[in-house]
Amino acid sequence: MKPAPFEYVAPESLEEATSLLGEHGEVGKILAGGQSLGPLLNMRLASPEVLIDINRLEELSYIRQRDGHLEIGALARQRTVERSPAIPRRWPLISDAMPYVGHMTLRNRGTVCGSIAHADPAAELPAVATALDAELRVLGPEGERTVPAADFFLSYMTTNLEPEELLAEVRFPPPQPRTGHAWFEIARRHGDYALVGVAAVLTLRDDGACDAARLVYTGVAPVPFDAREAAELLVGEQPSEDSFAEVAEHAAKASEPGTDVHASAGYRRHLLGLLTRRALGKALERARGDEDGA
Amino acid sequence: MERKKTIHVTVNGEEYEREVEVRKTLADFLREDLGLRGTHLGCEHGVCGACTVLFNDSSVRSCIIYAAQADETEILTIEGLAPAAGPLHPIQEAFRDKHGLQCGFCTPGFVLASLDFLVEAREPSEEEIREAISGNLCRCTGYQGIVEAIRAADANWER
Repeated sequence: MKPAPFEYVAPESLEEATSLLGEHGEVGKILAGGQSLGPLLNMRLASPEVLIDINRLEELSYIRQRDGHLEIGALARQRTVERSPAIPRRWPLISDAMPYVGHMTLRNRGTVCGSIAHADPAAELPAVATALDAELRVLGPEGERTVPAADFFLSYMTTNLEPEELLAEVRFPPPQPRTGHAWFEIARRHGDYALVGVAAVLTLRDDGACDAARLVYTGVAPVPFDAREAAELLVGEQPSEDSFAEVAEHAAKASEPGTDVHASAGYRRHLLGLLTRRALGKALERARGDEDGA
Repeated sequence: MERKKTIHVTVNGEEYEREVEVRKTLADFLREDLGLRGTHLGCEHGVCGACTVLFNDSSVRSCIIYAAQADETEILTIEGLAPAAGPLHPIQEAFRDKHGLQCGFCTPGFVLASLDFLVEAREPSEEEIREAISGNLCRCTGYQGIVEAIRAADANWER
């Protein structure tokens, strides 16, 4: 398993990187963590002519809070984000999901933006970005644009990115007060892609009724499956096990999981229902314990 | 842009300058160009963990990193863990004492992943240990000996 020949360039600045992308984008590929791209190259499922290695762009390795938003640059490693002390308090969904992203040795190298740009529908971070309404900052030869996560994922490993564009940053908005997050997933082995994963985000009103709810799933559609109709059943209701069960059933019916060697569509649907109930329960518990949105 | 690149890399404390083909993996570079065959190649696509080395102090899979990317970095392989003539590293001792290996093919990867884990972890639970080594495959031991070895290494390694 050796990759096909390619040319390699490691730009020293963001300007150099975007200009190289403008020149070679159509036949090139960005190399960040390389933990998804490396296997594809070795198996020759991908054979770009040029690899543009952005690992020298230290200016993109930031994890910072600005105006209440969490901003993660293209070179911030998953492991660094996982260990970042400020994230679990305000964006617990990110820190809940992160340990499920591959294994420690992969997270040491893999980047948050890389996983989002790779857009594997079974991966955790695209679903997390969707559930938290993240914004994606995209740089290209023409300049910069911002894409909401909900518009970014088009199909299996296909995004809104043009060949000459770079996902430079993912930006998570500040959480609303009285909001609870939860991530649950089931995989055959720890670190493998999950059969089904779910991100639940629940916001409560002062009277304890549900103000807003999001449910986003991995593994059941070509893109993160945003079960808006099911989640909206909760809005205005007092959360209860019964209402969670109803929502879970609705989401399971609306999903279109496939059958493969790992699990049947029916089993995936069963898991989806089960995990939805668990995730909503956990999110509710957290939302009730969260008075200030912190 | 080139298909070859000259790299300067420190491996196990020794500096090397070599010209490499840019598509050459770090694992192949270590084994073929430097003769360090303790880094084993199992799957060659980032699944089995046998080729784990430390890359600037963090554990990575050397089969999905290219040697060109190791320019100006420090690499530690299993050969650099303890001097050939001296005593074994406490993690290696623990793998020997607790039967953490049988055929030994996966062992360099397990030892280096354990090293990365134990640098920070103190008195880890069995669950934490199993999670830390979940990216490494062993087909002989059933993992129990490996888990016990890591627990013993945690107790014995003064760090």
